[in-house]
Amino acid sequence: MNKNKQKTIFTAVVLAVLLAACVVLDMILPSYHIAITVIKKATVYSLVAVSMNLLNGFTGLFSLGQAGFMLLGAYTYAVLTIPMAKKPGVYQYFDGGAIPFSVPEVFSGVLGETVGTLLGMLFCLLLGGLLAALVAYLIGLPVLRLKSDYLAIATLGFAEILRAFFQWNALGPITNGSNLLKSYPVFSKATPYVVLVGLMIAVILLLITSTYGRAFRAIRDDEVAAEAMGINLAKHKRMAFIISSFFAGIGGGMMAMYMETVAAAPFKSALTYEILLIVVIGGIGSITGSVLASFLYIFFSEWLLRGLDSGTFLGITAPGIFKNGFRMAVFSIIIMVIVLFFRKGIMGDKELPDLIDKRSRKRKKEAAE
Amino acid sequence: MSKNVLKVENATMQFGGVVAVNNLNMEINEGEIVALIGPNGAGKTTAFNVITGVYQPTNGAVWFNGEKIVENHPQGKMKKLYKGEHAGDYTNVLAPTPDKITALGMARTFQNIRLWKSQTVFNNVLIAKHCRTTSNVFSATFRLNKKEEAKQREEVLELLKIVGLDDVKDELATSLPYGKQRRLEIARALAAEPTLLLLDEPAAGMNPQETEELTAFIGELREKFHVTILLIEHHMNLVMDISDRIYVLDFGKLIAQGTPAEIQNNQRVIDAYLGVAEDA
Amino acid sequence: MQEMFPYLLNGISVGGQYALIAIGYTLVYGILRLINFAHGDVFMVAGLVMVYATSSMPFYLALPLVLAATVLLGFTIERVAYKPLRTAPRMSVMISAIGVSYLIQNLAFYLTGGVPQPVTNPIPWISENVKLLGASTKRVTLLTPVLTILLVVALVYLINNTKIGMAMRAAAKDFETAQLMGIKINRVISMTFIIGSFLAAVGSMLYFTNYPSVAITSGGMPGLKAFVAAVFGGIGSIPGAVVGAFVIGLCEEIIKGLGYTTFSDAFTFALLIVVLCVKPTGLFGEKVTDKV
Repeated sequence: MNKNKQKTIFTAVVLAVLLAACVVLDMILPSYHIAITVIKKATVYSLVAVSMNLLNGFTGLFSLGQAGFMLLGAYTYAVLTIPMAKKPGVYQYFDGGAIPFSVPEVFSGVLGETVGTLLGMLFCLLLGGLLAALVAYLIGLPVLRLKSDYLAIATLGFAEILRAFFQWNALGPITNGSNLLKSYPVFSKATPYVVLVGLMIAVILLLITSTYGRAFRAIRDDEVAAEAMGINLAKHKRMAFIISSFFAGIGGGMMAMYMETVAAAPFKSALTYEILLIVVIGGIGSITGSVLASFLYIFFSEWLLRGLDSGTFLGITAPGIFKNGFRMAVFSIIIMVIVLFFRKGIMGDKELPDLIDKRSRKRKKEAAE
Repeated sequence: MSKNVLKVENATMQFGGVVAVNNLNMEINEGEIVALIGPNGAGKTTAFNVITGVYQPTNGAVWFNGEKIVENHPQGKMKKLYKGEHAGDYTNVLAPTPDKITALGMARTFQNIRLWKSQTVFNNVLIAKHCRTTSNVFSATFRLNKKEEAKQREEVLELLKIVGLDDVKDELATSLPYGKQRRLEIARALAAEPTLLLLDEPAAGMNPQETEELTAFIGELREKFHVTILLIEHHMNLVMDISDRIYVLDFGKLIAQGTPAEIQNNQRVIDAYLGVAEDA
Repeated sequence: MQEMFPYLLNGISVGGQYALIAIGYTLVYGILRLINFAHGDVFMVAGLVMVYATSSMPFYLALPLVLAATVLLGFTIERVAYKPLRTAPRMSVMISAIGVSYLIQNLAFYLTGGVPQPVTNPIPWISENVKLLGASTKRVTLLTPVLTILLVVALVYLINNTKIGMAMRAAAKDFETAQLMGIKINRVISMTFIIGSFLAAVGSMLYFTNYPSVAITSGGMPGLKAFVAAVFGGIGSIPGAVVGAFVIGLCEEIIKGLGYTTFSDAFTFALLIVVLCVKPTGLFGEKVTDKV
């Protein structure tokens, strides 16, 4: 058996086991169980982290606009899917809102309740991604000409502008101003999240390993050489920016699903920072790393370290120390340690199939000795 | 009379008050190997950068295969600064980015090696093929371009065999010894399928034996890939061995041109350059 | 005009406070080419320390304590989070800066319990109301621009006429050569952070005197705006940062005066994007070209 085949089988087995585990968990646990919550949130974060990695890790464009694109996706999804019957309640300050339809209901009218709602939801996610991509195109025209840290600050600024814009009262009939959007349809089980995100990450992986992905990496490694070898910098940077934003937009839509309410407030630069730190923990330039880090991050912060905030941790009860906020404080110290001393993160630039490499290399080494 | 490949006309490149290239005129015909020589700081690399579109010249024009690819007339601040004799001759601004020029069929190497560090030898060459790919981002992502990709991979493998790097194809580019990195740079440039190859000091930092090998190698390139070559070099043995014609720059100005024999006997060149420098 | 006057007054004052923060950004960027994302949080910590210190001791003891604590924080951040990454790619240092910002905010959340700390007349005299041309304002509003200008003049003097100032200029011009010429680069960088944090502490005290409370996220916005001011003025240039800060402070308050408060933050970033695209070097910045 050659190595490539071995790798493919290894990867397929790991993924299948994970998916099966998720399906089983969905069957035996209620959807409000913390494990299901962790899986849902972590998959959403995975998608956004991977999309950010595509830009920051693979193309070398240091962009901090992720939260802005997520906001676009989240709002698009929520605005278009709120059922007609719920609109007067949601848009109570804006006379039931300005949009006289709900996409899943329109779809249901044609395709029947179950299929229609599902397709409508997916369609709205897609629209959110497309809107984010469109905005990325427009923003990219001026912004992508900027060098590293200027680009970072410009994209960060753009995300803040978007947030202000969505809270603007004049847009209230659509965005509900600074009030919550809610009551839209969501997936309550974890499996749909895993499947959707898995598919999208697979697409990103295919992109990265394609000739365009290689061109992105060439730009990251040496822009001057890339341009001299015929790679159109403006075009490829724009492409990476748009694709990354598209997936961030979809991630935002799924975030809306996970949170069940949407407001502009959570889409602050702090969210972008959080995602960036996840990418760093996982390893800049590793898709597997981003996914793994998302799961670890969410698992630790939402579940395992909960006790640090509520008085008891590992059987030690010390309400004076283990109070609200201790968890995140400990967490950020861990992050700093990784940033300073383990700069490669968990995976460096390795991917899941490469893990088998290491093992077989070790085995070979042992055999040689 | 063979076809004209490159023509540089009155090219001037000014950085503030410094005139790096002053009124350069050059012509290269199909199949020639032409060398651009001159002491350090004579403006050779700047001339390369003007030809390949990295710099927008202050004045002058460049033709490639009969098509005008670069033209500039002094504008803005440069208008006051530029007092060259050809001021006003050029009225258009044509300043394509380097990638467009490469797409037209010109490829270069760099004086200070600029390989893609995180990529393997194979990928370094394969990425240079990207500018020849006809697939768009969707067909590439969803693997609808399998045929093209396979063909490109095959061509790259072939190319690596010719330059003698096929045995190290899976190693990281930066792990190669210096001489092989230079070869890889040439292979990468060739992968872009150029008709004109520009080599910026390909023998820099090589010992005499490596230089000799490289001289033979460059000669072979012309035969195997049907390329015209313009090179900058300090190793005079190499230059005199393989060049059909030589241009000599000093302080940005062209001081002589001709066959190796003519250049070797040119008093101005000897004064400016060969007379002081030991033949390497 | 009459109703705009208080806004203009406020604008100049806010501008002065931004200027004091912006200098910290611009100095650090000038030497390390690093956007010190944690600077806004240092500013916030100074505000918190002020709240705690003034409530437990007389203000003439509290104020030096705030200055000392902030300077110490700035110095420590540089030593712990940036110095080890001196040879690392720029992106790593920027990530470290973001990490520090995250850490400071989370620590502050833990220590304050996440509750905004009320600012109650921390410094007597300056928060008293005065009347000026019919507008009522706090003394701090009038004091800020004056103090800002004084500090900036002192800083410019320091940079132009002292040995450490010369070393800072040399390091900003060419980091590596300065190092080779025997300049103790780490001392210069520490000094930069000390000066930046000192000014941020002063700015913080003036800023929060005008606000009802200090929250853990209070540093983010003024920090980013001050950074925009630094970019607008041409990053690396002190006069640029000051001019930029006053322009942004004024514009922001004018926009508020016109009734578009939602967009006062957005305006700053729109300005940033426009400046970056039209003249990336800002008003007084120097042009840097890459060598091929």
